[in-house]
Amino acid sequence: MNRIWSWLALSLGLVYFFLPLIATVEFSLKMRRGEYSFDAYRKVLEDPRFQETFSYSVVMALFTIAFGVLLVVPTAYWVRLKLPRLRPAVEFVTLLPLVIPAIVVVFGYIRLYNTSSWLPLTGSATGTNLLLMFGYAMLSLPYMYRAVDTGLRTIDVATLTEAAQSLGAGWITILARVILPNVLIAVLSGAFLTFAIVIGEFTMAALLNRPAFGPYLQLMGANRAYEPAALAVIAFAVTWACMGLIQLITRFSKHTKAAR
Amino acid sequence: MAFLKIAHLEKFFGPMQVVKDFNLEVEQGEFVSLLGPSGCGKTTVLRMVAGFEAPTSGVISIEDQDVVRLKPNQRNIGMVFQAYALFPNLTVAQNVAFGLRVKGVPRSEIKSRVTEMLDLIGLPDLANRYPFQLSGGQQQRVALARALAVRPQVLLLDEPLSALDAKIRVSLRNEIRLIQKKLGITTIFVTHDQEEALSMSDRVVVMHKGIADQVGTPFEIYNKPTTKFVATFVGTLNIIEAEVTDPAAGQVRIGATTATLGRPLPKGKITLAARPEMVSLGTVPGRATLLKGRVIDVDFLGSVIRLRADIGGSVLAFDTFNNPNIVPPAVGDEVEMALNAADLLLIDG
Repeated sequence: MNRIWSWLALSLGLVYFFLPLIATVEFSLKMRRGEYSFDAYRKVLEDPRFQETFSYSVVMALFTIAFGVLLVVPTAYWVRLKLPRLRPAVEFVTLLPLVIPAIVVVFGYIRLYNTSSWLPLTGSATGTNLLLMFGYAMLSLPYMYRAVDTGLRTIDVATLTEAAQSLGAGWITILARVILPNVLIAVLSGAFLTFAIVIGEFTMAALLNRPAFGPYLQLMGANRAYEPAALAVIAFAVTWACMGLIQLITRFSKHTKAAR
Repeated sequence: MAFLKIAHLEKFFGPMQVVKDFNLEVEQGEFVSLLGPSGCGKTTVLRMVAGFEAPTSGVISIEDQDVVRLKPNQRNIGMVFQAYALFPNLTVAQNVAFGLRVKGVPRSEIKSRVTEMLDLIGLPDLANRYPFQLSGGQQQRVALARALAVRPQVLLLDEPLSALDAKIRVSLRNEIRLIQKKLGITTIFVTHDQEEALSMSDRVVVMHKGIADQVGTPFEIYNKPTTKFVATFVGTLNIIEAEVTDPAAGQVRIGATTATLGRPLPKGKITLAARPEMVSLGTVPGRATLLKGRVIDVDFLGSVIRLRADIGGSVLAFDTFNNPNIVPPAVGDEVEMALNAADLLLIDG
């Protein structure tokens, strides 16, 4: 009897998750009347605005990942090594982006960094891009920090640091050659999550008026029928590809056993 | 002038003083062990020499150069850790080469030095293995090779054998000693295992509550302990209660026996101590004092038999070789034990 309920719960769950997805895929293929086709996908992929916004978001994601790694890895490492008592406080700070809505943050940014402020970042496209990247890094902070911190937990940070120091290594060498390679899988997990967040983010990009993929998705959704469905499927594919890459890299990493 | 000099070293952790006025001079090529129970401050001293802890006060100098202000990566000190601390992402060869790469040694020299080190530790075929593919003993040997590859002035070993099983521990400690002698490298070894300290060291520092209780050769530490702690911590010790009958002549009564220690003693009751090997079963030439007692325990240990006998208030443990042709005493038997009273150690009085 219990088994029947288990199967029923699983089936309901699968239907809940997959039915909208299947419906979206099916709808995205129905652009041509009376037959299935990839017309919607072709139209979307040929649209110069798609190429422009998608490549903009990809570049922003890469910069956000680089900035996030440079910010989070040394911070998480230092907290573990020298300030373990501050860990709860730092964890709390990294969780704040989950409870403070992006719209509140971006309004704060606009007030703080507008053209009449002491740091007028919104006064130029580069400055606004920089601001948007900081915003993205903040949004992905809970995921990036947790991933890196979990990675650091699997290695003996203090002893490895001391071993490297006794061999003549300074802090940068220790971070680059000892710590980072040993938490690379965790960093990549955080990086792919960051990538997925940046690709789909709407609020910050729209309010800072940047040509990102999120606002483009919204614009298409408001004006077209089949293309938004195709875009949604493409966005899903990108996210799933990221998750698949995390799995793949974890599996093929040579020294993961040692870190366990 | 000593190669490594530690003078008046002190360390406080908050209000707690963990190292008190620690002094030690180590000659070049010498192997010195810091021996003591957990919490005695031996690892803290080692970490201060390595630069991982800053002393509250005191001087640490290597070849007359004060190194206290130098960072760990500026000291040219090699260290081997209890937990191996090999870099998991690097192969054996890359681990050994790590310090050389950091120091900017040319590639060709790195290659030859790595080969030389792997030959030294007897693992020339494991260069391309990752640490997780090695046993504990192999990992520790690689850690030793890695520490030695940079040709440090001083080698520090922080309980490197503690995580290994008994058999590997014995073979590796012999190997470490051989390598140390071959390279002539000044070494400080931290351990709580007295057998390791006594068998490997040129000198042993017995530490207790942050103080160096006694510094001496293994022979001196074992046979001539200068403090009660050293006497009781190192080796097995029989505590014998005695009463001084003639302080000037050093005459005491132990149970029903009168013995002469041949040195002045304080009046009243005193506590004496004897190592098990100072006591023999039956009469033995050179051991004139005979004690009578009743056997209370017999442990058959194979090549030796450990006996414990009550000598009237005190219990004396001693060993006798197993002779298949002689039946050992049984529990309850009256036995005679011989010792040289002059060898007895005065614990307090």
